[in-house]
Amino acid sequence: MLELRDVGFRYRPGLPPVLDAVDLVLEEGELVLVAGRTGVGKSTLLGVLNGLVPSFTGGVLEGDVLLDGRSVVRLPPRERAHVVGYVGQDPSAGFVTDTVEEELAYGMEQLGLDAATMRRRVEETLDLLGVADLRGRDLRTLSGGQQQRVAIGAVLTMHPRVLVLDEPTSALDPTAAEDVLATLTRLVHDLGVTVVLAEHRLERVVPFVDRIALVRGDGGVVVGPPEEVLRDSPVAPPIVELGRHLGWDPLPLSVRDARRRATRLRLPSPAVVPEPAPAPPALTARRVSVAYGRVAALREVDLVLGSGRVTALMGRNGSGKSTLLWALQGSRSRAGGSVEVDGRDPQRLDAEERRGLVGLVPQTAADLLYLESVAEECAAADRETGAEPGSAARLLDRLVPGIDREAHPRDLSEGQRLALVLAVVLSARPTALLLDEPTRGLDYPGKEVLASVLRAQAAEGRAVLVATHDVEFVAQVADEVVVLAEGEVVSAGPTARVVAESPAFAPQVHKILGEGWLTVAQLQGQS
Amino acid sequence: MSARRLSRDLHPGAWWAWALALAAAATATTNPVLLLLVIGVAWVTVVLRRSDHPWASSFRLYLLFGVVIVVVRVVFRILFGSGLGVTEWLWLPEVPLPDWAAGITLLGPVTREAVLAGLYDGLRLAALVICVGAANSLANPKRLLKAMPAALYEVGTAVVVAVALLPQLGDSLARVLAARRLRGVPGGRVARFRGVVVPVLEDALERSLTLAAGMDARGYGRSGALTRGRRGTTGTLMLLGLGGICVGVYALLDLEAPRWLVVGGLVGGLTCATLGFLSAGQRVQRTRYRPDPWRLEETAVVLCGVAAAAGMRLLVPVEVRFPTLDQTPVVTATALLVVLVGLLAAVAAPPPRMSLPREVGRARAA
Repeated sequence: MLELRDVGFRYRPGLPPVLDAVDLVLEEGELVLVAGRTGVGKSTLLGVLNGLVPSFTGGVLEGDVLLDGRSVVRLPPRERAHVVGYVGQDPSAGFVTDTVEEELAYGMEQLGLDAATMRRRVEETLDLLGVADLRGRDLRTLSGGQQQRVAIGAVLTMHPRVLVLDEPTSALDPTAAEDVLATLTRLVHDLGVTVVLAEHRLERVVPFVDRIALVRGDGGVVVGPPEEVLRDSPVAPPIVELGRHLGWDPLPLSVRDARRRATRLRLPSPAVVPEPAPAPPALTARRVSVAYGRVAALREVDLVLGSGRVTALMGRNGSGKSTLLWALQGSRSRAGGSVEVDGRDPQRLDAEERRGLVGLVPQTAADLLYLESVAEECAAADRETGAEPGSAARLLDRLVPGIDREAHPRDLSEGQRLALVLAVVLSARPTALLLDEPTRGLDYPGKEVLASVLRAQAAEGRAVLVATHDVEFVAQVADEVVVLAEGEVVSAGPTARVVAESPAFAPQVHKILGEGWLTVAQLQGQS
Repeated sequence: MSARRLSRDLHPGAWWAWALALAAAATATTNPVLLLLVIGVAWVTVVLRRSDHPWASSFRLYLLFGVVIVVVRVVFRILFGSGLGVTEWLWLPEVPLPDWAAGITLLGPVTREAVLAGLYDGLRLAALVICVGAANSLANPKRLLKAMPAALYEVGTAVVVAVALLPQLGDSLARVLAARRLRGVPGGRVARFRGVVVPVLEDALERSLTLAAGMDARGYGRSGALTRGRRGTTGTLMLLGLGGICVGVYALLDLEAPRWLVVGGLVGGLTCATLGFLSAGQRVQRTRYRPDPWRLEETAVVLCGVAAAAGMRLLVPVEVRFPTLDQTPVVTATALLVVLVGLLAAVAAPPPRMSLPREVGRARAA
């Protein structure tokens, strides 16, 4: 019903095309995943569907967009709103009103629906998304998963036939992500809505999708059933990597699928990794408590980061991960307990000395950057730390080689920008390195690079702590895992053990092959 | 009050009208007892009739602001002795000032009259501010904007979005300041200032663009079946109306101008503007979800406020409203009753709806 015909897009005439001769026909009631590496134009493709591209991005759009055979390519997004619903990456940034109920009604008010219909649809949607108990709540007080569901509901009340979502689960913990995806599949199956979504963590969505549109990066888009498209796609979830490695055909898409086949598999038992000798502690936290007003955000957390170790910090949204990082860094004052790095308490030091003990890469890493070019940022980092000129730039080259020195930091890809921030933070040579959700917006190759960068930092004797929702990334990088819930540590220990204990945090390979297996790389190393 | 009364949000316009009327009553007096009573009426009403939304908890800030106003007024009176009154309370040495500051005295004797004048003045201003604060915590300011005529919808939306962006700006400022400490910024004050301002502004700009895109994608500003000619008519009517009103007001103030210009300009201008508004409103095919109804209770609340204001001006004698500084202020029973009429609004208004179930709300408060 919605059809892209020979669509091409470039930001300026003369620049290489982002999309080139793309044909895509969306059928009634299907779930289409838009995949591809970071920055290849996934969001652009989604924007073309509802008209945000080019009316909000500029650029030149060629070809035609047809709705039931009628061309809508000249219509702005607002005139397509009743057919194509759009939910952006950050749901909270798109909220217009301040309570759940008003937000759900906003789109319908714009369409000019009568009061009775609006009332009925709001109630239906509240039930459909399971947010009826939140109806009067202020939007800013909702959790990430609840906000995402309200944002979807706010679009659904307009009864669109196509629902377009840009990375709907990127900020969510595994459980909340499953809730949102379950909601989406329900829409597809029960209401016949066509859902188009872009997503980086394919392992979460691939089992549900009907077709994949793989954006290649040279402007082309490959469309087909997942098991075919994923056969040689540059981005693939671990389950597909496993299938490729073992030569399974067709590729398995769900854990259930793969498990059945794995029973026939004769695998060598995984090489027993001896429990590593306890590393000398680089950072020791004892009974750390932090309170926001009367609410305890952290309650007597004990944590030891060994030098040369990578530790992952997991837990659902709002469990206190970020708070713990800032408390360890020393900026957030503690209500009790002690933190010690190199025999000193970072909280008692000034910002200057703190940087030499603990480096922190915050959730929005770009906050650290403020200059016009990569070279300027590196030079500024050298001046801040008093290092000899050029050392931050050399560090950046070692982390991720080949970043254009004259580029504006905002024009870098997500991974390159993260590398730049890392270089800035590391130029102070901290004993411990803390990272808050660094994998947001990174594709699989990007995550691999980050993992090897972090391993290299650990090999130099640093203690690394990564707060993340990404279980696959944890399996790749971490020696140890600490799980927080409600501000308390609920489990801690070597990755293999912690992951085996809680299915929510288990990577796909572990779910398929069982005890001892965490990554495909492990398997590749053995055979 | 009967226990079976249903909870309902009062029309925000009613609360604002009541609060402004109460403020009008406060401006008509400097009697400290009456002013304190006005503040008390506002306070009690807020406590009884506010909901548990975040915006409703701002009343404390207004009370605090009121205290600050009174203190500042009195301190200024002491610092810059006004030479008012004769009853000395305290003798402070006067600081001699150079000639160019003639007319200003620093310190000097503190008289009872000066302090009292500062106190009364401050109280009156504080009462005004607190009345506005009461309206702000009783009625969501955003809902008031929603109740505006359709033609003003765009303006209303712009204000709502701007109001919503302020706390977000605060959030991103806090975030960037924290990030700044993670790397430190070399150089002077300008570089440091830039290191904070650039990311905050980038953030704000990006947020605004995202919001604009999101609103557009949800149908904001759909033109529907609007013809070019119709848009032209609306614009012309609005311009003519504005022009007419300008001419009329000018003629009204310029006494030499012929009188027919006043009537013609004002009446013609207003007519054109009204027609323009109607025409603009008609093209809007937007509807409103659960608009706040205006019922008897709304009218009653407004009347309580208006009665207090009118009663204060008409029924209370001037010597009670503006007590002299050398006597203890007197209050009559009428004056007290007139102010207390304002409190009837709390009884007339239905209890507000809560966003959280009662048990949760109670647990939060505890």
